[in-house]
Amino acid sequence: MLAIDVLLALAALATAGQCLLLPGLFRAVANLMAFGLVMALIWVRLDAPDVALAEAAIGAGITGALLLTAVGQLPASQRRLHPEHYRVPRWFITMAIIVVLVGGLLWVAMLELLNTGLANAGLAKEVAAALPESGAEHAVTAILLNIRGVDTLLEIAVMLGAVAVIWSLQPAIPPPALGGNYPGLTTLARWLHPLFLLTFCYFLWQGTHAPGGAFPAGAVLGAGGVLLLLTGSIGWMYRYGYNYLLRWLLAAGLLLFLVTALAGLLMTGSLYGLPPTFAGYFIIAIEVAAALSIALMLMTFYLFGRPGR
Amino acid sequence: MTDTLFTLLASLLVAMALVSIFTARHLIRRLLALNILASAVFLLLVLTARSAGGIDPVPHALVLTGIVVAVSTTAVVLALYLRRYGREPPC
Repeated sequence: MLAIDVLLALAALATAGQCLLLPGLFRAVANLMAFGLVMALIWVRLDAPDVALAEAAIGAGITGALLLTAVGQLPASQRRLHPEHYRVPRWFITMAIIVVLVGGLLWVAMLELLNTGLANAGLAKEVAAALPESGAEHAVTAILLNIRGVDTLLEIAVMLGAVAVIWSLQPAIPPPALGGNYPGLTTLARWLHPLFLLTFCYFLWQGTHAPGGAFPAGAVLGAGGVLLLLTGSIGWMYRYGYNYLLRWLLAAGLLLFLVTALAGLLMTGSLYGLPPTFAGYFIIAIEVAAALSIALMLMTFYLFGRPGR
Repeated sequence: MTDTLFTLLASLLVAMALVSIFTARHLIRRLLALNILASAVFLLLVLTARSAGGIDPVPHALVLTGIVVAVSTTAVVLALYLRRYGREPPC
């Protein structure tokens, strides 16, 4: 297994280095997407399958699609990362020394922390003790949606804030005119979408007892939606008449979360304190709402502006 | 051994990304460096989760939240960038 680890580490270093050092914006973005895939494999090696699923869909898929679309919108003068005659900058050696110094210091500090500081730290025991009352069998889902549900609520609020900022900046970018250059793409997107939906439902159903849950499910559905937006198959999102519906759908996840938090306040006296007998139902409701709103918000990120008009 | 290796990887990535964030000319490259920095910090977080006698699920949940916040940041920065540089050449 050490050989695989070394290979993965070298691949991550190589893709990150190419992303940060080589000229060419497109090449840098492609390398970042490859880096996301390598990171997903590293998460699997580190026994973090939930993170791996989310990283594969978001880090390698949606971030790459966002970056590529933005780069495609830029005028040619902005696409070049370096002047015509690129040469290695003079301060390259200084930069390398700084990287080695900072990296080495951080490595030594982390090793010290891992070897001595964390022997009895961590919340694994506390989570295991609270798990039977949380309404979910899988620890990560229980933490995200019940034990630390306030974090997830604020995170959905952060995403909604990001959507509001993007909408206030400019009108939406129209879907790219493919113009019959890629006749197979539209059909492929339509044929693949049931598969995305199936994966979404599977992750949601699996989330309460195994790796999966709202975040990977929302990310997968969002990635499928971005593919449909790319081929121009979702026309209603751009129309003015559907603008209010879109706003309500975007806010629905956060509103349901708030209602749950207030219901917890009424029933148990503490904000987001779900009573153990009903916690399972609450978790399923929040899971579906959170996954749908995450997917929809990832799709609206892709518009880069306010749709309608 | 795995932990030591991936700690070294994460430390080097943090250092590379930090230097890039401060020295890169093109703003999009700084954004790419920010994404790599976020991944490296997530790696450090998950590594701290492993060493605590059994796997601690709390950092995993934190990292999941962090990934979604990172993609939100990327989208906002890109929209700001398109707003400034999308049509006219830069000043």
